[in-house]
Amino acid sequence: MRPSVADLLRNPGTAFSLSLSDWDLLVPQLRQTRLLGTLRSLLAAQSDDDRKIPQEVWRHLDAGWLLHQKQRHSLDYELQHLVSALAEVDEPVLLLKGAAYLCGDLAPAAGRLISDIDILVHANKLPRIENVLSSYGWSAGAIDPYNERYYRRWMHEIPPLGHVERGSTLDVHHTLLPPTCDVAIDPSTLWAEARELQPGVKVLCPVDMVIHSAAHLFHEGEFDHGLRDLWDLDCLLRHFVKTEGADFYPQLLQRASDMKLLRPLYYALRYASSFFATPVDLAALQSMGLQQPSSAQIKLMDFLFVRAFTPKHSACRLSGTGLAEFSLYLRSHYLRMPLRLLLPHLIRKAWMDCFPAAASSKN
Amino acid sequence: MTSQTLASLDDTELSRYLEGSGLRFCVGPYTYALRSPLPIIRYGLARLYADHPLAANDGFADFHLSFRANGLLDFLRGHIHFQVDEQSPFAAIPKAQAYAFLEWGMNWCVSVTLHEYLKLHAAVVAKNGVAVVLPGLPGAGKSTLSAALALRGWRLLSDEHAMLEPGSNKLVPLPRPVSLKNDSIELIQAFEPSAIMGPVSEDTHKGSVAHLKADLASDSHDLARLPARFLVFPRYQAGAKLRLSPKGRAESFMFAAHHSFNYSLLGESGFDSMSRFIDNLECFDLHYGSIDQAHSAMESLLHGRYGA
Repeated sequence: MRPSVADLLRNPGTAFSLSLSDWDLLVPQLRQTRLLGTLRSLLAAQSDDDRKIPQEVWRHLDAGWLLHQKQRHSLDYELQHLVSALAEVDEPVLLLKGAAYLCGDLAPAAGRLISDIDILVHANKLPRIENVLSSYGWSAGAIDPYNERYYRRWMHEIPPLGHVERGSTLDVHHTLLPPTCDVAIDPSTLWAEARELQPGVKVLCPVDMVIHSAAHLFHEGEFDHGLRDLWDLDCLLRHFVKTEGADFYPQLLQRASDMKLLRPLYYALRYASSFFATPVDLAALQSMGLQQPSSAQIKLMDFLFVRAFTPKHSACRLSGTGLAEFSLYLRSHYLRMPLRLLLPHLIRKAWMDCFPAAASSKN
Repeated sequence: MTSQTLASLDDTELSRYLEGSGLRFCVGPYTYALRSPLPIIRYGLARLYADHPLAANDGFADFHLSFRANGLLDFLRGHIHFQVDEQSPFAAIPKAQAYAFLEWGMNWCVSVTLHEYLKLHAAVVAKNGVAVVLPGLPGAGKSTLSAALALRGWRLLSDEHAMLEPGSNKLVPLPRPVSLKNDSIELIQAFEPSAIMGPVSEDTHKGSVAHLKADLASDSHDLARLPARFLVFPRYQAGAKLRLSPKGRAESFMFAAHHSFNYSLLGESGFDSMSRFIDNLECFDLHYGSIDQAHSAMESLLHGRYGA
């Protein structure tokens, strides 16, 4: 039985006895799931003797680690600019997802890669915030008018902004999920509970951070780094149960229930514990109100999500992966908006994919 | 690792590997595992990689590459996908251009994945144990010049990446075929009619591309690092008069840093390595109008008779 990436993260000590042919299959999977740097930091914590891992393997793990270090420095630098930009409109920088983990040095941070910086802002300040960000060099660039309208009308974020000089990408959210989702997220409560990391920089409070991570992952349609996102959840849960004490899970449940996000939280707990043995007492949580889907639904979701969280590699690929990917893609759109909005959108997108020039010239 | 080379495989064995578990071969410190059903890839490899060492089949490969048709659409269009780690990060390509994409993809792997060395965008050639780094913008003629030098007894260390051991002036050999574009293909064929060229890929995003077998020196696949002594910025201009002139270190530093693949990623250690590297080099601009001129200028550089 070949070791899996999830096994390796859960028991990093097993890495020291892997053969070169094991690594031959694992390094591509680690690169694909963006977990090279994460494993590197777990191994460094296990042993200060990096010669225990073959040198030709270590250099790949180390490359992930170096990229992470570089991103950490760049994030600090970008943050200085963002703090001064948003200070002009009296708005703190509320970091979400990877940037929040790195900046707050939270459990998933070690070796983690980020592809952009996600922030939350107050919706009523958006026009002023976009103005000031633009004067600091962040712009959406050329964007198809249909896509722009779609973002503005239906999404929880504005089109991604790129920095003209530094090339960094900024995702500006005004809430956590598209407003068309059947959920009840009140951004003002997110702001009320947010915690300050340093002057002008905030992150969501622990329960909101876990709920956002879960909601984001289980509303997703693409799972290229799904395993990494599940690892984030495992790390956050293990971390917060220590720092927040016994009240953490009851609070988490209450908050998820208020936001109508109990279902994604259930999936987060179920799959984090099945892939990473996260210490969660699901039975106890069920007695506190965490409802389990019907057994038929669980069977279906297990089929889909086990495939989504398995790296896309011949060494571990399960039969039915293509079907699962396609189903999850459709599911993500279905969760995002009602069918009367979704169908015209998907038809329009398919048309734009087939005839890119014609589609944009008509706008 | 075995000491067998790719030349020890006959055509049947080569296709068995390429269409089966993968052909594993070494380029400098790295191992590639390649799968491909395409005859043009097999032909190109047999011609250009004959002297590359094979790697163990049950070992570790740094890069896993494959050509694969993804479904009916690729099949109908005569297209194929180039995959890295079983993922398809690039759009489908016409099968006839597959060889150029293989070489380009092999470069891409080194450019983006590993950071143990400071990597400059430059060709590296050596003679008498002294390495000369040839950075250059596309079109400056670094590949044409290094191809010509390889055909005149110089050792080619790399066509694309000067890989510097951090904190030293030592370069890691990464010998690969030299990529020639458009007019350079005929120019090199005329310069050395016995030159071994791979398949020509027409109409790529860079025009026509062909590769030259450049591991002609007896020590081409030696892994030992070589000290660099010169940094020469070639610039080809048809009919230009030969000029080899010293170049300022600061300017050379800026250019090399700007055209590095991972200078900024390495942060402070990248800056220190680059400073120490440039401090120990003599830097020159080389303007030339013919490769014979450039060849003799490079010879004179080695013998300390430059700038005259």
